[in-house]
Amino acid sequence: MNQIQHNVIESMMIAEQNIDEKLVPILTEVSDPEIPVLSIMDMGVVRSAIIENNMVKVEITPTYSGCPAMDVIGDDIKKALRDAGYKSQVDLILHPAWTTDWITPKGRQALEDYGIAAPLDAEADKDVLLNGKRIVTCTNCGSGNTHLVSQFGSTACKAQFQCDDCQEPFDYFKCLK
Amino acid sequence: MNENLYKYILTVADNSLILGQRLGELCGHGPSLETDIACTNISLDLLGQVRSYFQYAARIAGDGRTEDDIAMLRKERDYLNVLLVEQPNTDFAYTIGRQFLFDVYHLAFLKEMQNSKDLTLSSIANKSVKEASYHTRFSSDWVKRLGDGTDESKERMQNAINDLWTYTNELFEPNEEEKVMIDEGIAVDITKLKDSYYQTVNNVLELAALKVPELKFYQKGGKQGIHTEHMGYILSDLQYMQRAYPDMEW
Repeated sequence: MNQIQHNVIESMMIAEQNIDEKLVPILTEVSDPEIPVLSIMDMGVVRSAIIENNMVKVEITPTYSGCPAMDVIGDDIKKALRDAGYKSQVDLILHPAWTTDWITPKGRQALEDYGIAAPLDAEADKDVLLNGKRIVTCTNCGSGNTHLVSQFGSTACKAQFQCDDCQEPFDYFKCLK
Repeated sequence: MNENLYKYILTVADNSLILGQRLGELCGHGPSLETDIACTNISLDLLGQVRSYFQYAARIAGDGRTEDDIAMLRKERDYLNVLLVEQPNTDFAYTIGRQFLFDVYHLAFLKEMQNSKDLTLSSIANKSVKEASYHTRFSSDWVKRLGDGTDESKERMQNAINDLWTYTNELFEPNEEEKVMIDEGIAVDITKLKDSYYQTVNNVLELAALKVPELKFYQKGGKQGIHTEHMGYILSDLQYMQRAYPDMEW
């Protein structure tokens, strides 16, 4: 359980991403192990990556506190950087907390293509999860005639939906703000 | 080492650890696939929060102790969770009742902890509060569904609330270490959360067509390390691997 240490205080005030241009192509190659088509860069979990004396320091932030993918992502980042000739240190930061707003447009498209409906804005999300409003679009047939099966889906970040037209069950990525 | 801060972190974190363990028992045993997944999802959120707390506690201890040692290798009297969270999954109504009575507290608690003078604690709260709001939504919905459901579900939900009610007051009674931390602006002053807690809970019970229990006697002791008879069984499950194979890792 000790692969990544939470490192909160030192990184408290970094709200903006701070990523060295040279590292972007390397980090883009690392994907979320639970959604392999999605790069961690498009997911918005990499908050900073800087080179200091040939050592790369990377800070990532979890989508949810218990996200089991974080340890794997940490290892994958280290491996990708090692393959590119860098030593690295990966820290987990909690503040500012991750939000679905940090998923890039490219990331949202990758989610949809993979069969996961991308998060709606906070208000619409509430309507869907609390009031049963039918506005999440089916990733299989595009119908809006869908209903919530469960607020908790295959992973902490998703809810379970089903399409009432094509009957396809699918995940919806919950809005987190 | 700041003993008071260390103990305070455990007081907060052990609630999530033990409740997470309880919910984890439902993995593969939930009454339906969706509720099974929901309970284990919530368990995972709680355990994730616990890791942040225990890593911080390990840093404060500063004697080589790790998050795993703190989670797995303490004796029963050294766990400082409230009695509520260690109560068993008697039936689904108890699981939901326990979750609901804790979630309402937990959400209000985390909202306040975001203002802690301790930056690590406020960061953890800032992350966890979003998760707790999902949990509260889930458990409140189920209290209403069961309470306002069939005669049988209503009776069971009412029994669960009646039985668990005696453990609610402890949520608002600070232990000695917590009192010191409250004075220093680090801990949440939980005594101030009590009125709005019962107001929120009572509102949901009313919507669920359930009766608010009338009770004059409340149980306490968990925050001082004095637990109910269930605690030993939880710990033997939780600690088995570390006791049988010391220092084992994934």
